[in-house]
This record gives sequence, structure tokens and C-alpha cells, in this order.
Amino acid sequence: MSDLQELYQSIILDHNRRPKNYGSLDEANRSAEGRNPSCGDEVRVELRVADDRIEDVRFTSAGCAVSRAAASIMTQSVKGKSRADVDKLFEQFHSLVTGKVRPSEQEARALGELAAFAGVARFPIRVKCASMPWHVLQAALRSDAAASE
Amino acid sequence: MTRNPRRADFPLLAANPDLHYLDSAATSQKPRVVLDAMREYYERDNANPHRGAYALSARATDRYHAARGRVAQFLGASDADCLVFTRGTTESLNLVASAWGHANLREGDEIVVTALEHHANFVPWQQVAIARGARFVVCPLTSDHRVDLDALRTLVNPRTKVLAFNHVSNALGTVNPVDRIAAIGRAVGALIVCDGAQGAPHLRVAFDTLDVDFYAFSGHKMCGPMGIGGLLGRRAILEAMPPYQFGGDMIEFVRDEESTWATLPHKFEAGTPNVGDAVGLAAACDYLDSVGLDSVLEHERALVRLATEKLRAIDGVCIYGPKPSERSGVVSFSVAGIHPHDLSTVLDQDGVCIRAGQHCAQPLMRRLGVSATARASFYLYNDEADVDALVRGVERAKEVFAGSELNENELVPCRGAR
Repeated sequence: MSDLQELYQSIILDHNRRPKNYGSLDEANRSAEGRNPSCGDEVRVELRVADDRIEDVRFTSAGCAVSRAAASIMTQSVKGKSRADVDKLFEQFHSLVTGKVRPSEQEARALGELAAFAGVARFPIRVKCASMPWHVLQAALRSDAAASE
Repeated sequence: MTRNPRRADFPLLAANPDLHYLDSAATSQKPRVVLDAMREYYERDNANPHRGAYALSARATDRYHAARGRVAQFLGASDADCLVFTRGTTESLNLVASAWGHANLREGDEIVVTALEHHANFVPWQQVAIARGARFVVCPLTSDHRVDLDALRTLVNPRTKVLAFNHVSNALGTVNPVDRIAAIGRAVGALIVCDGAQGAPHLRVAFDTLDVDFYAFSGHKMCGPMGIGGLLGRRAILEAMPPYQFGGDMIEFVRDEESTWATLPHKFEAGTPNVGDAVGLAAACDYLDSVGLDSVLEHERALVRLATEKLRAIDGVCIYGPKPSERSGVVSFSVAGIHPHDLSTVLDQDGVCIRAGQHCAQPLMRRLGVSATARASFYLYNDEADVDALVRGVERAKEVFAGSELNENELVPCRGAR
């Protein structure tokens, strides 16, 4: 598989084309927006959090296939998770996309569709595209519930 | 296909025969003669100018003085003392907005810029307007992305104190009719400020006869080194303006209570001057003159026409900006269903370097209704092989993204004029 095919795997292209959890969330109690001023990518994440668990999540974005697919797969991966779970998952994801660790088969299984982003490691300038939705999610989790309403 | 022989003048291009560098609007490559001139200055004449009473320092002073004269001559300015060396266009425009703006703008005054501006000719004016209580007005564009002169006539009025616009749009390549725009501002006595970052590398600038008060430019976009550019201004205005920065070299007398300023251009050049880069920029002017700016522009336009034709033939490609004859060497475009950033990654695999993004022109992107565009920009060393590589890359990207039809969330509507 060429680097390009590995980056633009069908899972990523499918999520770009038909993103999951796309739109705004009724009864959201956390939200955040992120922007990459150099390329113009924008991501907004809305959450409903109860007892430190993400009950539901939606996102909207204007951006490249990598950032949109990353946001889409991220939203699938974090439902029901706590802030600590999200931080840990992002740490694993970040190691994957920066190429710091090649995940074992077992770890790749645990990452699920997130493992599709391993190809990003060959494209260092695209790491921020894959990471940005996660930074926005983390910012939303840290946001003050009252302030984001 | 034979490559452009001028590639041999540029060490980076000569060393990378498969590279297709299509981002000269961001920064040009540097010819060997520029690099050699800088090395030669540092090896033979380097010292701090204007200071030491020794022969080496005097040589450095002479080199700096000669470079200023050469660059001023290249831009058609007979009064070389009215060329202030800066770090580039951004610093030049900040200098005018800050020094002139704070001294002259009052509450109720108006500043008019256009929707085509780079952030460097937008944000400094927006901020000085906020600081001085002035009104900041953005002139709209026509449907083919040129400055709407009729709208400009209605926006400019006796309260308008500044009219700032670019010579050539960095995002679209639109060449603005400087004299017609300037005349609208002149009629009400406004200060006329032209951002020439994308003009000076491609179009002959005759500052003496150009009807603007200030013309800002960057060396690194015109074959010169990064870190130097300039501001051309009218002597009376520069002399009346307060300094922009304070320090060494820009003073006459420093008393405990107050100071007086050096004469032009030193008043606006605080600190040790950038002699090495000035020497490089002067060599860049020599190089561009040896090629001839007219033939540079003619060459670029031929490639822009070819690229426009070939890209337009591809299904889903949308090209922004006016027709090639009203543009410099820029083709700004989008491909349906493929974000410019993804397109750039695919092209990069084949050594094709384009810019993808907002081009430091968010106000323009909003008006185009896109979050980003892909931009290929041509210069004197590009050739048909570069155009073909670009077109092949776009086709390859379409294969990678095959079936990526526009979905309802996609923010890439084609609203290009042609």
C-alpha cells in the first residue's frame, strides 16, 4: 500500500463522506470550538456530560478529510467515557498518529477504527488535522457547564 | 519535456529536478547570484555600518547605501532616502498604520480597505481604527473578485483619511487598477497606501509617477532573502511622521528629557541595519532586471492561461478570480469533494508544492463562501512540466477520493466567476 493509500483508507474516506454524530446536540451542557488559522479547519464539539461520563456527543466541522474523519471516529469512540478515559485514549491516538509507537495487534483492536489513522505518521504536517478534534473535545470537557449554554 | 533553463540559476531547483515549486506567491526561490552576493558581503565587507570610524565599517556603510539606491531605482523611486528598509511588507504596513495612524487619525475619521486584502493590510488598519475611534470600512468585490469601484466611490467620503489596498491579491492574483483606485481616494484627500507584496515581484513599479503615498513590499517574494523588504513613501509625509521604533541609529541628539531624530531614512530604521539582506535584495533586483520584468509577467501569464484551461477541463474544478489577463501568476481553485489540504497532500507526493488554506485572507474567504482554496503560483522559473504535474496531481486526487460526492455539510460551493 502506498503512503497515500494508507493515509486515505476507505474507513477515513467513508467517515469524511458520511460523518457519524454530525450536527448539534439537544441538551448539550458542554461545548468548544477549535480553529486552525493556517489551513482554515474549524471543529465544534457539543457534549452532554453527566456524572463525569459523556452521554452523547455531536460535532460539526469545515475542514479536510483527515480532520473530519478523525472527529467522526472520535465521537464514536468516546461515548460513555470519562474525562480520564478520554485523556488516555487521546494519548494512545496521539502516539499512533505521530508514529511514536506501532501498536500491537491487541492494542490496535482496542483502538478500533481509530487505528485507521496510523498512516498519518508518514505525513507529519497532517498530525494536527487528526489531533485537532481531540483538543476541542478536551476543551469541551474542561469547559464550564454554565458558560457553554 | 525540457525544463525551463532558468531553473539552473536557482540552486534549490537545480538540485531537485523533480520538484514542481508552485508556491512563489508565498516565497520565491533564490538565485545563486543573490546567495553569492550575501556571502561575498559577509566575507569581505561585514561590520556595523554608520558607527565605526574605520575603513571596514565605512565599506559596510557604502554597501548598505548602494543597496538602497539599487532597490529604489528598481522600484522607480528617484529619491532613495524615501526607501525605508524593513523586515518586509507586514512591518512596512504596520509602520504606516502605527506611526501615521496614531499621529493623524481622530474619532469619526474613516479608513477604507478592500475585501481582497491580506491580513497584513487589514488588521493593522482595523486595530488603529479601534485605538483611535475611527470607522473601519471594507469595500466589497465584484462577482469576478475584483475591487468594486462603484461601491468604493460610494464608501469613500470626506471623512475617509486612509485608503489601503493591494497592488495584486495574494489569494487570487487579481491585479488592481492602482491609479483608478487611488484617484477615488485622492478626490477626498485620503492617504493612499498600496500593499505591493505581490506587485513588486511581477509588475514594473514606477513609484515616482504612481499615484500612491506609500508602497510596501517584501524582498523574499522577488528572489531576495527573507527578512528584508521596504516601505517607499513621499518625503513630506515621511518627514512629518513620528518615528515607529526608537533606539540606536535613528536619533540625532539624546538629552535626558527629550530626543531629536535622524534624517530620512534613518529616522525609521532603529537598530543595526540588515546590510547582508539589503545587499542580497539589490542583487535580486539585478537578476530580475537581467531577465526583464515584462518577460517575467508574460511567462507567468502564459502558464496561468495553460493551467486555467487544463484545470477547467477537469470535472468539479472551480477557479476563483478574474480572467488570466487581469491576474499575475496565481491560480486559486477548488475541487468538488476534496478539501484543499487533502489535495495539497496528494500533490506533495509527486513533488508538487502548492498552498492550501486561507492565504492570510479570512475576510476574502468568507466572501467567496469557502473555508480554504488551493493556490498554485507561478514565477519565472516555472514551466509547462509544472502545469502538467499539477493537472496530473489533481486527477490523481480525484481517483483517491473517487466517489467523494459533495455531502450536505461540505463547505466548498463553486462560486468562482469562471
